[in-house]
Amino acid sequence: MLTALRCAIKKGTETLKIGTPKEVFDGENRVAMTPDSALQLQKLGHECLIEAGAGANAGFSDAAYAAAGVTVVKTAAALWKEADIIAKVRQPDAAELKRLSADKTLISFFNPAGNEEGMDAAKKKGATVIAMEMVPRISRAQKMDALSSMANIAGYRAVIEAGNNFGRFFTGQVTAAGKVPPAKVLIVGAGVAGLAAIGTSTSLGAITYAFDVRPEVAEQVESMGAEFVYLDFEEEQQDGAATGGYASVSSPEFRDAQLAKFRELAPQMDIVITTALIPNREAPKLWLADMVAAMKPGSVIIDLAAEKGGNVEGTVKDQKVVTENGVTIVGYTDFPSRMAAQASSLYATNIRHMMTDLTPAKDGVVNHNMEDDVIRGATVTHAGEITFPPPPPKIAAIAAKSKEKPKELTPEEKRAAEAAAFKAATKQQVGVLAIGTVLVLILGAYAPASFMQHFIVFALACFVGFQVIWNVSHSLHTPLMAVTNAISGIVVLGALLQVGSSSWLVMILSAISILIATINIVGGFMVTRRMLAMFQKS
Amino acid sequence: MSYGIVSAAYVAAAVLFILSLGGLSGQESAKRAVWYGIVGMALAIAATVFGPGMGNYLVVLVTIGIGAFLGMQVAGKVEMTEMPQLVAALHSFVGLAAVFIGYNAYLELGAVKAIMADAPSVLRGEGLATWMHENGITGFREKLSHKDAVEVAILKVEVFLGVFIGAVTFTGSVIAFGKLAGKVDGKAVKLPGGHFLNATAAILSVILMIMFLNGSGMWTLVLMTLLAFFIGYHLIMGIGGADMPVVVSMLNSYSGWAAAAIGFSLGNDLLIVTGALVGSSGAILSYIMCKAMNRSFISVILGGFGGTTGPAMEVEGEQIAIDAEGVAAALDEADSVVIIPGYGMAVAQAQQAVSELTKRLRDKGKNVRFAIHPVAGRLPGHMNVLLAEAKVPYDIVLEMDEINDDFPDTDVAIVIGSNDIVNPAAQEDPNSPIAGMPVLECWKAKQVFVSKRGQGTGYSGIENPLFYKENTRMFYGDAKESLNKLLTLIS
Repeated sequence: MLTALRCAIKKGTETLKIGTPKEVFDGENRVAMTPDSALQLQKLGHECLIEAGAGANAGFSDAAYAAAGVTVVKTAAALWKEADIIAKVRQPDAAELKRLSADKTLISFFNPAGNEEGMDAAKKKGATVIAMEMVPRISRAQKMDALSSMANIAGYRAVIEAGNNFGRFFTGQVTAAGKVPPAKVLIVGAGVAGLAAIGTSTSLGAITYAFDVRPEVAEQVESMGAEFVYLDFEEEQQDGAATGGYASVSSPEFRDAQLAKFRELAPQMDIVITTALIPNREAPKLWLADMVAAMKPGSVIIDLAAEKGGNVEGTVKDQKVVTENGVTIVGYTDFPSRMAAQASSLYATNIRHMMTDLTPAKDGVVNHNMEDDVIRGATVTHAGEITFPPPPPKIAAIAAKSKEKPKELTPEEKRAAEAAAFKAATKQQVGVLAIGTVLVLILGAYAPASFMQHFIVFALACFVGFQVIWNVSHSLHTPLMAVTNAISGIVVLGALLQVGSSSWLVMILSAISILIATINIVGGFMVTRRMLAMFQKS
Repeated sequence: MSYGIVSAAYVAAAVLFILSLGGLSGQESAKRAVWYGIVGMALAIAATVFGPGMGNYLVVLVTIGIGAFLGMQVAGKVEMTEMPQLVAALHSFVGLAAVFIGYNAYLELGAVKAIMADAPSVLRGEGLATWMHENGITGFREKLSHKDAVEVAILKVEVFLGVFIGAVTFTGSVIAFGKLAGKVDGKAVKLPGGHFLNATAAILSVILMIMFLNGSGMWTLVLMTLLAFFIGYHLIMGIGGADMPVVVSMLNSYSGWAAAAIGFSLGNDLLIVTGALVGSSGAILSYIMCKAMNRSFISVILGGFGGTTGPAMEVEGEQIAIDAEGVAAALDEADSVVIIPGYGMAVAQAQQAVSELTKRLRDKGKNVRFAIHPVAGRLPGHMNVLLAEAKVPYDIVLEMDEINDDFPDTDVAIVIGSNDIVNPAAQEDPNSPIAGMPVLECWKAKQVFVSKRGQGTGYSGIENPLFYKENTRMFYGDAKESLNKLLTLIS
């Protein structure tokens, strides 16, 4: 029964085959499977296929794949035919979509929001499509968040690209041939790409400034070594957590304040990297023509939002332009592809994690669980239906707002509080002493003198005991218990005094008492010594 | 030996006991302090044995000999993980001895009365004393014979109290021993009627005491003992495993009070002093333990956690597992490591592996420290002893207050077999049953690894949000096996 069910899920094949074709998009160097990720995928019980030459541009030879146990398939057509799950990078083109069928799953970037016909095509074929950009932004899914992996690379590469076009050092130097000032870098948008750019820029030695509309990221920016650019503007900013960790559209007043600040900064900056994107919208224009004009000749602008129209006025998509005043504006959109080896290994790892979630039992059987937030969110077509857009995830993204800090007390308040505490403690002590005295007096009025003598001893001993025990180190509490155990064996004295009795019953009871109290004394002391001997200083 | 010399010996013994306890303030002075205790005890016993009013030396010699032999056997063999059981067992001995001695005092009192009733009324002074000696009134009996009516009444109260406390201590300790040794189910069990039964037994005991004072005889004392046995049994049965540190300290305290009560009835100041010292020591330990759990002593003794004021905070996220390779890699990169051991470490006997891990990491120049919560383990200071046994130097084993501020600067925190003491709900969720309990803030470390057997909740049944935090990775498996696996990856 169980086997039958499994076969049904596996659609009649022994193990599922994951195949990666060569990217068809012109200039795309990345590949969705690396020899490393293939090894991990095989651990999940899957078989791996790759089109010949698919990894060549990213530096992975067919031989390396074969060595990792991947079957190298000659043509794309054969691969699409044979594989059950196709993992690729770029959004599939029409020809690729035609190769889908009802029993196939495609995992790739898909741009579902702007790819109606693609989704229709996949739906008609009945194929399942998992769009990597739709992986929800929750902590559990970070390991398969390909957008973040790619943004990280883009941020790094943006700085490198800027350096490539920038004629001077990043870091300030004092050399025999003269002093070199450090470069000033402004990074607009402190998302994943922005933070990666900040990290790269500061480690190259540039003075780095960063701006973001979400003031709560200031801490992250500062922790990376950059200076956060604050606006003189009071407005309740919407919390990033409410919008899945992305920035939202800002008010016109806010935008004016922001632009004024940029205008002020523009003449000082050597390099500007803009990364401001709002999901499913045109990129906001933040670096206007007059700011570009205000910059020094030789300055470089990298516009990471070029794909969506650019943050900078004058950006040309996929091109590098030099303005009249000598400012270079880079509008490339293929930064990850320019670092194909790194990008491929991160992307392949994201895919691998996605497969891990799809194969919970690690037995090569895919369980497409539409109840799972991550899988549901990323799936855009499934079982002949378009399942985009997904319902909001059950778990809210990103950390909640930081709590309000407790109010700092002024010195006067502190002193007042201390005085009050002192007064309260005095009151309590005096109260306890008064009650204690009264009780002892009442006792003394009725009890005979012989009892009171013992009682005084008892009260003083309790007092001494309390004073002494408070000083005992916490780490020695177990030895303390053992030693108090041993000395409470002092009851043996009582038994010793009674054992001489002429009554046999009293004698026997005393004898037993002596016996067990001695066990207590000897055992307690011996075990204490044993324990204390163990405590050694390093 | 005269009474004077015996008294002097008692004073010396009392001073030595105080010094012995005071010396436990530091690890090095403690090694000397235990000798003060031993010498004090030897002095006290020698002075009593060779003092006036002793008899039956053969019995004394034999019982002390056997007792000493058994004590040495037990102390030599016990595993450090079994310390809580041993301590509980020893408490029960004190309790039982107190019961017997109390009985004896009453029996002797009766005997003295019977003999004195026959005393010829013509005898006075010297003559009476000689007559009394001839009729077997020596030693302890002689002391009793000098008491007047009020003193006898007080003696009876003292005997009654001594027996009562002793009996509660005895059965309580036996049950605590059983729970700690795993011979009795560790869960809180209550008979139908709950604390009502205890209260009834206590009220009955008070009634019996009044009857006893009015001369109802031995049977009231015996019946009260049975009732006290029941209270001790039922009280401790109703307290769960993780509250054992409080229970054991409380029984420690009781055994002291029992000794003091016996001291009163025998008119022996050394017993009173020692009993008071032990009693207050146990009381302070109980107080410290309760404070560390942010619970009142009453609520611990009555069992169960305090009432919650609302629904507990929803825990979001998932527990992410990690394998030994991942932990090893993180440890390799870390500069500062804090290890938080709990009872689970003792159960898995993982302290040697922990020690070896500590040694290897320290040899690599990493700053490795231990954070000990006051209620970690089943006995106050239990973890310290286990780590000391495994040769972890005590100066890297720190208390909660000493290390809590250092967590934000810590690269890796490793939680081994603890749960509630690292539960952030205590601070974050005002509705949590443990809200307000001081906890080790290990989640502030850059990364936290939790070595745990499975996904279940701890003793208290409280969900632990720590396991779901973004910087937490769960290192599932038996602590000892997991650590040994880890050790193969760290050279």
